[in-house]
Amino acid sequence: MSDRTNDGSQLDRLPATADERVVEGRATRQEVLDFWDERYAVAPEIFENYSFWEKGGGKLWAFRGAVASPLEAEALGMTFLRTRQEHWKPTTNAVQRFGRHAEKNVVELADAEARRFVAGEDQPIDWDGDWGYLIAAHDLAGEREPLGVGLFIDGELRSQVPKGRRRELIDGE
Amino acid sequence: MDVLERYESLVDDFSAFRAACERPLPSVVRVNGIKATPERAMDALDDEGVEYEPVEWHPGLLRLDSTSPGRTWGAYHGWLHGQEEVSTLPALVCDPDPGERVWAACAAPGGKATQLAALAGDEGTIVANDRSLGRLSALRFNAERLGVTSMAVTNRDARNYSLKPFDFDAFDRALVDAPCSCEGTIRKNPDALDEWSLEYIDSIAATQESILRRAVQATRSGGSVVYSTCTFAPEENEAVLDSVLSAEDCRLVEFSCDLETRPGVTEWQGEAFDESVRKAKRIYPHLNDTGGFFCAKVEVGG
Ligand SMILES: C[S@@+](CC[C@H](N)C(=O)[O-])C[C@H]1O[C@@H](n2cnc3c(N)ncnc32)[C@H](O)[C@@H]1O
Repeated sequence: MSDRTNDGSQLDRLPATADERVVEGRATRQEVLDFWDERYAVAPEIFENYSFWEKGGGKLWAFRGAVASPLEAEALGMTFLRTRQEHWKPTTNAVQRFGRHAEKNVVELADAEARRFVAGEDQPIDWDGDWGYLIAAHDLAGEREPLGVGLFIDGELRSQVPKGRRRELIDGE
Repeated sequence: MDVLERYESLVDDFSAFRAACERPLPSVVRVNGIKATPERAMDALDDEGVEYEPVEWHPGLLRLDSTSPGRTWGAYHGWLHGQEEVSTLPALVCDPDPGERVWAACAAPGGKATQLAALAGDEGTIVANDRSLGRLSALRFNAERLGVTSMAVTNRDARNYSLKPFDFDAFDRALVDAPCSCEGTIRKNPDALDEWSLEYIDSIAATQESILRRAVQATRSGGSVVYSTCTFAPEENEAVLDSVLSAEDCRLVEFSCDLETRPGVTEWQGEAFDESVRKAKRIYPHLNDTGGFFCAKVEVGG
């Protein structure tokens, strides 16, 4: 059993449900599955072979497979969800990896909008769905492809692509 | 001093070798199978008007006709990863299956470790280790961009690596892409040989031997270890294999590869090596218009 606080040097596996929770405030596996299902309609089965981990408060990781918990390591799988704020926020990389299974709260951007989005810009968009964190996607090579997370608020989509991932893309024409 | 002169006796067409070392390298990307198929990645490049040419020996590699491959949609989405053509060889030789545990002992910045993850369908367990924390942050960035979810990252000295944090006691496979004198990267970094010295070669060879020995010990009997460097120096290649063969329970095995290669050398400056080092492969820049490389496959136990 792990100790009762979050330790920045080790990864702890999330408890399955609230009954098994030891560290106060830690998200549970069930809550994580519910979040993806309720917010984006990503089916829980998508994460069947994944274990979820926390390192440092509020930063969750998804790992394909299982290893013994706790684990002393720099990283395990992919950082994929931030749970510190009231509204949970998926990472750009998680949305790119799992967002193609999403059926809800996905906003499809036209080419010019998509380019602005990956450059990190905020822009007005036409969206009459939920507020909050949306999955931004565009059409690429014949299929929808998720770009990252945008915060939709006051008619504007605010790109959440982190600085290191932003790109000024070459012009298509 | 002209470093490359020392290899004149090893290379059959030495003037072609010299000439190739002077030329810059083509820009090559690897299609990341975790996020896209080669077909879809090529479609996206077509849509953007970026010209490319598939690399004959490896369906997932493309030579790009662009000075800014990083500014394509494929790069943004992590469908493409810039990687020197010849440096894709060791992961292909390692060839992990889904469910296997693989140790990438010297993994940063992660080109080969992320390729290992992709080859196992992102369903293995890739333990990517490096001693340099700074280089590991580049590895983590690359792994996440490429959508790798099957990797554990550790920051330790590979020479005395402990499996203790893990609940298993041996790997199925390992890849030692060793720190080396980097002579073979001269086409990419024209100043690669500026700091060259025999003292460095001797000291790095000792490190290479320790890491390879540790990798053999940490791999289960019947498993395999791939050893690679980007240097021509036999001190860092065949001599390292020769020492590890006599110190550990392992042997060299043949492997196939569609690139033009030369066998490992059994003699260098009066020293003779175990005959089996011929099973290793040397790749000179003029043979396939790539960087220089060395690769060997070791089977553990039995
Ligand atoms: C040739 S580079 C690896 C390149 C990497 N495999 C890739 O494909 O991106 C060699 C690496 O070995 C690391 N290294 C050097 N000595 C080490 C040691 N004793 N233990 C672990 N890593 C070491 C260096 O920090 C360097 O990143």
